Amino acid sequence: MRKSTLRQVPSYLFLTIAALVSIFPLYFMVVSATNTSNQVLSSKMTPGSNLLANFNRLLEVSNLYPALGYSAAIALLTTALALLVCSVAGYGFEVYHSRGKDTVMGILLLAMMIPFAATMIPLFQLFGKVGLVNSLWAVILPTISTPFLILLFRQASRSFPHEIIEAARLDGLSEIAIFARMYVPTMRSTYAAAAVVTFMNAWNNFMWPKIILIDVKFQTMPILVSNLAGGYVTDYGVLMLAVLIASLPAMVVFLALQRSFANGIMGSVK
Amino acid sequence: MATAAVSPAAGLKTKGRPSVPKTRPTPSERRRNLTGWVFIIPAAGLITIMSFWPMLQALLLSMQTGRGTRLHYAQPLWLNYERLLNDDIFIMTLKTTFVYLIIQVPLMLGTALVLSVLLNNPNLKFKGLFRTAIFLPCAVSLVSYSLVFRTLFANDGFVNDMLMGLHLIDSPVNWLGNTITARLVIILGLLWRWTGYNMVFYLAGLQNIDPATIEAARIDGANAWQTFWHVTVPQLKPMIVLTAIMSTNGTLQLFDESWNLTRGGPAYTSMTMSHYLYELSFLKSPNFGYASALSYVILLLVAVLALIQMKVGDKRDA
Repeated sequence: MRKSTLRQVPSYLFLTIAALVSIFPLYFMVVSATNTSNQVLSSKMTPGSNLLANFNRLLEVSNLYPALGYSAAIALLTTALALLVCSVAGYGFEVYHSRGKDTVMGILLLAMMIPFAATMIPLFQLFGKVGLVNSLWAVILPTISTPFLILLFRQASRSFPHEIIEAARLDGLSEIAIFARMYVPTMRSTYAAAAVVTFMNAWNNFMWPKIILIDVKFQTMPILVSNLAGGYVTDYGVLMLAVLIASLPAMVVFLALQRSFANGIMGSVK
Repeated sequence: MATAAVSPAAGLKTKGRPSVPKTRPTPSERRRNLTGWVFIIPAAGLITIMSFWPMLQALLLSMQTGRGTRLHYAQPLWLNYERLLNDDIFIMTLKTTFVYLIIQVPLMLGTALVLSVLLNNPNLKFKGLFRTAIFLPCAVSLVSYSLVFRTLFANDGFVNDMLMGLHLIDSPVNWLGNTITARLVIILGLLWRWTGYNMVFYLAGLQNIDPATIEAARIDGANAWQTFWHVTVPQLKPMIVLTAIMSTNGTLQLFDESWNLTRGGPAYTSMTMSHYLYELSFLKSPNFGYASALSYVILLLVAVLALIQMKVGDKRDA
């Protein structure tokens, strides 16, 4: 017993170091948000009393509330639509067998290999043509349907018992009703995993919103934070508070759903 | 938008079914198959319009030249690509991106692999705590963490204070002002942000490994390292290939870090290809044709490297 515990000491040491290294920048971010710029630069590592002053200053120098609202709208809409479109497709690919499905799936998977860099200029032109520059939809539409989510739902659908579908059909339930009433509730952990990934990506997306939301009125949180750091004078306390506020929603979603997230990912790779 | 989304996928549908099945399906079966396609069409349509179509457009654009919206096909068609080869800044960003790729990806995947194997030990305590702590960085946005790292590595920032406190350096290091250290900070940032993410994939993969195979290796007298290298790693190979491809793909498209952490400096030496692409297309005087040529170089690199990785993954299997 003692021997095996002793043997685990290096494991614990390595994991503890990794955990501390992972947490430290986050701790630094939280603590710095409560300190003055000078205190941040003098590497003060304890919570200070400047949080409120930093917050008021942040409100003065940026459009915090509109940016939060805009980011929230984008992230929530993207998540809802992506879950709907991709889960329906994943279910469709797994449950209905017909020729050509695998070919189509294979083609869609190829899209995973297309870097965003190779599509952004034509996308910008496309949204310009249809008059959607500066619009929420231009931010959302390219991120709704992803091969990754379709694959996630398709793999997870394998564990959904097909006998239930047959039984429901005999009971006279429509195909859509089977999906909505039987599939959706049983796949909760897959939906949670997909929601975490999508929400975090949508909330944190930077490059595409920066390109398509030209008008400064339509800043999202990452753009606001980035612009704040690009100013002439950087107040590190204010900047770290902005960074903290920009990070908080995605982190809360992750912490709240992390168990389902892990289960969802594991269920899908079997 | 909705009607536009339907047509390209409907085209795929007929293409995907080359021959009529010999046994005629019953009407209810036919209706059901149709339902299946209807379920797939919105997703397939969106991917077609938002990925495949722009990808083809970018190829056509990459052969055009001119200012603003007044573009015409170049003579010769590969003019933009030729120009890229003589563009010192492009060559620099290509080099820099590969420095990140070659140093960071193996380091990160190796660390993630070790961490996941340690965390998979059934006798380990505080497993959930370690896992959450190590995974938490991936919940932070790329912009946010870039700015935290920029603050930590500022001239009068925490890292210099600490190193001077420990008497490891005498005067502050200008981390973001020197080529090597600026690149180093980006690599450290990437390691911090993504190691936990890859660890989750390995943890998921480890769940599918039969513990009996590891037990058997132990009984045969293999030590921990031998078991890890000869039993665990080969069984995780599909996961390793997957994470390698994803990380390569991600590294070739780095933008947020380059933009927010170092601004690409000093003198373009930490700038990534995507950062340069952004500058070419949306800053200065936009040149969509030339920028598209650069975007196609990125696309080709992603494709070629993914292919190589899949081939190497296959070979080791045999």
